[in-house]
Amino acid sequence: MDLYEYQAKDVFAAHGVPVLPGRTVDTAAEAERAAQEIGTAVVVKAQVKTGGRGKAGGVKLAKDPAEAKEKAEAILGLDIKGHVVHRVLVTEASDIAEEYYFSFLLDRSNRTFLAMCSAEGGMEIEELAVERPEALARVPIDPIAGVDRAKADEIVKQGKLPAEIADEAAQVIVKLWETFVGEDATLVEVNPLVRDPQDRVIALDGKVTLDDNADFRHAEHAQLVDERTANPLEAKAKEKGLNYVKLEGGQVGIIGNGAGLVMSTLDVVAYAGEAHGGMKPANFLDIGGGASAEVMAAGMDVILGDDDVKSVFVNVFGGITACDAVANGIVEALGILGDDATKPLVVRLDGNNVDEGRRILAEANHPLVTVVDTMDDAAAKAAELAARA
Amino acid sequence: MSIFLDENSKVIVQGLTGSEGMKHATKMMASGTNIVGGVNARKAGTSVEISGSTVPVYGGVEEAMKETGANVSVLFVPPKFAKDAAVEAIDAGIGLAVVITEGIPVHDSAWFWAHACANGNRTRIIGPNCPGIISPGKSNAGIIPANITGPGRMGLVSKSGTLTYQMMYELRDIGFSTAIGIGGDPVIGTTHIDALEAFEADPETEAIVMIGEIGGDAEERAADFVKANVTKPVVGYVAGFTAPEGKTMGHAGAIVSGSAGTAQAKKEALEAAGVKVGKTPTETADLARSLVSRG
Repeated sequence: MDLYEYQAKDVFAAHGVPVLPGRTVDTAAEAERAAQEIGTAVVVKAQVKTGGRGKAGGVKLAKDPAEAKEKAEAILGLDIKGHVVHRVLVTEASDIAEEYYFSFLLDRSNRTFLAMCSAEGGMEIEELAVERPEALARVPIDPIAGVDRAKADEIVKQGKLPAEIADEAAQVIVKLWETFVGEDATLVEVNPLVRDPQDRVIALDGKVTLDDNADFRHAEHAQLVDERTANPLEAKAKEKGLNYVKLEGGQVGIIGNGAGLVMSTLDVVAYAGEAHGGMKPANFLDIGGGASAEVMAAGMDVILGDDDVKSVFVNVFGGITACDAVANGIVEALGILGDDATKPLVVRLDGNNVDEGRRILAEANHPLVTVVDTMDDAAAKAAELAARA
Repeated sequence: MSIFLDENSKVIVQGLTGSEGMKHATKMMASGTNIVGGVNARKAGTSVEISGSTVPVYGGVEEAMKETGANVSVLFVPPKFAKDAAVEAIDAGIGLAVVITEGIPVHDSAWFWAHACANGNRTRIIGPNCPGIISPGKSNAGIIPANITGPGRMGLVSKSGTLTYQMMYELRDIGFSTAIGIGGDPVIGTTHIDALEAFEADPETEAIVMIGEIGGDAEERAADFVKANVTKPVVGYVAGFTAPEGKTMGHAGAIVSGSAGTAQAKKEALEAAGVKVGKTPTETADLARSLVSRG
């Protein structure tokens, strides 16, 4: 899960990383009050889970409360790369002497963690990484040894941070490591990490990605989930414990088992759809290995509730689950849904007990169901039915 | 021959006494796997009955190895305890540890991977979050259904479980020396490259199918490896062309991998290395079939 900046800063503060005081608000009037309470010039910052906010006009300086209200009005409702701004952070405007870049992250390629540090932080960090990679230090971190003061000193040195703040920066880096490990994060990024005129080192921004697999040891992370940004179909699927992602602009509903096979199914449908007026997959839905009647019914319920869906492609490979169980699940699910099942269903079953599975579907002879033997042909059929609807 | 797993493999199951452990141990045994024991510290000294055989339960991996000569462990341990179980297997120095468990925090898998490296990689780790490895007709360590296809000349390495099954099914007329599901987690033990290297050296493997999916740069690196080191024919498949762009925030991920991690980038890298890439699993299987000798 990605955190908003204000959430990331709360997490930073809890681990002793210096941040500036701020308030998170949903309206311009509240922004004005927040600026009054802070009592200095403020920065009004859009809270969206994407980068490039500054360039998109989502970060603005306000010298007094009235101006804070005005800026908040302009920012709230803004669309930044598809993310609508519902909330702004009003924070003390700081005097910045210098801007640095710092992050801890998972380095998949090397199967370890990595610290990245540069004395040249700010908005152009991606360009810096490409054009002058030597200016961005990359220091591998052994997950077992972690980051102690000596390691932090090494990072500061390699990142070429100035000597005057080296000590304070190293302290902040140790605390950021404690945040990274303590919160089970896969990314902790501070850009910019700033030096103020008093030589204090402060995290002016924060991006944190948490590992959902570690939720079992972080009950408190549940509070960080933002229900408002979830698509209603996705919210419904989540309630039913389904692994579902809505895809915009698609017409073919997809149900499959196993993430890889479902991803492949989306591709095969998009590929087959080229011959049928550009039909595309409307969702990702992985019902997992079990594929019981209840799970199948829950999945079909979510997909049939999507107005964009014109046909449904059920693509199951019977590995651990036998195809006869899956076929029974489909028949029972159609029974449970009754008149709510209104869209044509193309079913492809292969693998374990496939003959029995196909026999069950043939016997049920449901008017909405077409059984097709291969994945490619089934995808073409589903695309054709969607185009015809 | 085959890779990593063969008829001489003696397999123990960590988490044997749990429901998943018992279910899959039963299936593994039915497909000819020599299961010699289980591990559960709280049930040491007891035994379980699997399909008429008595399987002893030991208090630890080291003890199980000493008593049975086990050289492979399959882990069906819940995420919470997976790190400790993997560390135990590594400390015991078992040759192969297959971590089936899904949902292990990445800080835990990074930790036990670092521990394996610090111990000189005496233990090959497959997974986590993987279906395991099968050398059909010889041994099966994990949850890959053994009845999809039999022994043959194809080698398969895949991130995805169900695509492993699908590809084995598509090529059931040819069969497999070994099929490995390496898992799709960000930190995994055995990589595409490890499997490619072993398949290249395995005289029983004639051609290799490599299945990847979006995320990371493992496929790009594997492509470089194929170009430099693999003489056997390799075909590839990549899933995730239409997957929505991840909601990754920071710039950090892309900066590190040096690749967008998209399916298109992976396909292009593989093709540039001379690997034929199929548009669908079926087309990929057809390409693979055309590369092995008849008969």
